[in-house]
Amino acid sequence: MSSEINPVINMIVFAAFVALTLVIVFRVSRRRTSAAEFYTGNRSFTGSQNGIAISGDYLSAASFLGICGAIAVAGYDGFLYSIGFLVAWLVALLLVAELLRNTGRFTMADVLSFRLRQRPVRMAAALATLAVCFFYLIAQMAGAGGLVALLLGLSGPLATGATVAVVGALMILYVIVGGMKGTTWVQIIKAVLLVCGVGVLCIWSLALVGFDLSALLGRAVEASPKGEAILAPGLRYPNPVDFLSLGLALVLGTAGLPHVLMRFYTVPSAKEARRSVVWAIWIIGVFYLFTLVLGYAAAAFVGPEVLADPRTPGGENAAAPLLALHLGGPVLMAVISAVAFATILAVVAGLAITAATSFAHDVYASVIRKGLEDPDEEVRIARWTVVVIGLLAIVGGIVAQGQNVAFLVALAFAVAASANLPTILFSLFWRRFNTSGAVWSMYGGLISCVLLIVLSPAVSGTPKSMFPDVDFHVFPLSNPGIVSIPLAFLLGVIGTLLGRPEPDHEVRAAEMEVRSFTGAGAEAAGEH
Amino acid sequence: MSADSAAEPSDPVAARSVQLREQAEFRALRRSFVRFIAPLTALFLLWYLAYVVIAGLAPGLFAVRLGGSYITVGLLFGLGQFVTTFGITMLYRWWADRRYDPRAAALRAQMEAGLSGREQEGSR
Repeated sequence: MSSEINPVINMIVFAAFVALTLVIVFRVSRRRTSAAEFYTGNRSFTGSQNGIAISGDYLSAASFLGICGAIAVAGYDGFLYSIGFLVAWLVALLLVAELLRNTGRFTMADVLSFRLRQRPVRMAAALATLAVCFFYLIAQMAGAGGLVALLLGLSGPLATGATVAVVGALMILYVIVGGMKGTTWVQIIKAVLLVCGVGVLCIWSLALVGFDLSALLGRAVEASPKGEAILAPGLRYPNPVDFLSLGLALVLGTAGLPHVLMRFYTVPSAKEARRSVVWAIWIIGVFYLFTLVLGYAAAAFVGPEVLADPRTPGGENAAAPLLALHLGGPVLMAVISAVAFATILAVVAGLAITAATSFAHDVYASVIRKGLEDPDEEVRIARWTVVVIGLLAIVGGIVAQGQNVAFLVALAFAVAASANLPTILFSLFWRRFNTSGAVWSMYGGLISCVLLIVLSPAVSGTPKSMFPDVDFHVFPLSNPGIVSIPLAFLLGVIGTLLGRPEPDHEVRAAEMEVRSFTGAGAEAAGEH
Repeated sequence: MSADSAAEPSDPVAARSVQLREQAEFRALRRSFVRFIAPLTALFLLWYLAYVVIAGLAPGLFAVRLGGSYITVGLLFGLGQFVTTFGITMLYRWWADRRYDPRAAALRAQMEAGLSGREQEGSR
């Protein structure tokens, strides 16, 4: 297999891609940046542009490499990821996107501090945001390391470690130079390339079997050592509770993802926010239909045994690039891998900017400097945060090598669904909800979720764990969603009932309600 | 560009918000939202949870192949989730564009008539 991999072609195609995206970032970001521009691109994007950018943010390495690999090896259980990732958008569309757009400014914490006491809520929301971004980034790093190692025909911890370091450095450059406007254009370009690339692979795979999906599934069944079991649930998650826990985290996570929430503020109105999400749902849905075909095609043509082999760089995350190699040879593989790499780079940039915004805007400007106004200082702090996040992600990516990327991202979804979603929904729809409820729910959800992840088989005790040689797992489920999400909702109720409302609770709650449902006084496109 | 100004209670909408919230038009608007969104949300969440629970508890049902093909019941269930998601998305879009937006816009104009110049500039 590795004899067919041509590192020279790979690197030429690769370098061309990275150079192209960097040029775009430099061009769009020549002007001096204000805080509004760095964070939201001046709210100047149209619904369709923003919708494509949302798809770009969302279709990360997890959706492309992770889901293809999971379907190729574990069959139907991989399909659950696509369905959960897609249906989750209905929560965002129906309950969250427009109401948030009507009340928000830059970050989720802005919305919450609309009616709750600023400092404790901002602090909690910023910590939750950093935690989600961290888990999400680790997944992207793990995907990037395996991918580039595969491209270069390298394997071993040293090579992948170096790869992760390069990705981290590029990401830092992207975000520091480009800000949100730069990353939005990168997301748009990348989303188009990704959907087209995956579409070509999908049609090509189907053409080989005479456009007969049943025949493709038949080939996959023949190639798999598990036989027909790949057509039914249960191969990877034989325990129904594990399956349900993952399913809950997936469907409730999206509407709490901070980098997705931020995309609702890059448009001029709630109506455009709605258009963005409708566009995103269509693009993402069609993309997942393609990956279903690709996953089974990778099973049929590459074979689950190759993907499960520990000598294959990237493990099952390599399913899509290896399928491209099988179909069109080394050039197609280089193109597809470059698209995947651009995907990871863009998602990483989006995450880093979210984490940076959250730290600079919510922790530094509002909590540490107590609301002191200095936008330049804030942007400078945001840029330094990107550097720190980059370094942390590099370390995390090296530790998480070889795990399925979709699985790792599902952990970030669990954190988002536990720490963020209950508070967002309560503050939008429950008049009585107060600061104490928010603090209980956010910290309770965040701490229980992270703790259960640490104590889960994902981190220790099994051969596929991050630390396979030690065993401190006491929690049996690989995703904590079924415990931590209901707990966070419950704590939000208990905290609200036990806490005392602020003196101006009634006025603030009423203001948020009036604004969120009508859009009165919402910030429109900037004139900077 | 104050990070805190949205929370300043001196804002005119804030000052009148309790009255605005009790206004008959606003209550009707909110009620129409809840009446449309709540059943739809319950529907798609239950349908999704049913899917996950059946997949977990009765994988045998999902494994049933249709006729002589390799297409299974589970695959159709899964694709059904895609169909309902697309359907609900377009239904919501139709409702929000046609039914909700005009009422919200009228109410917003009415409310913002009481706003200061700075706020009006920001909200075209």
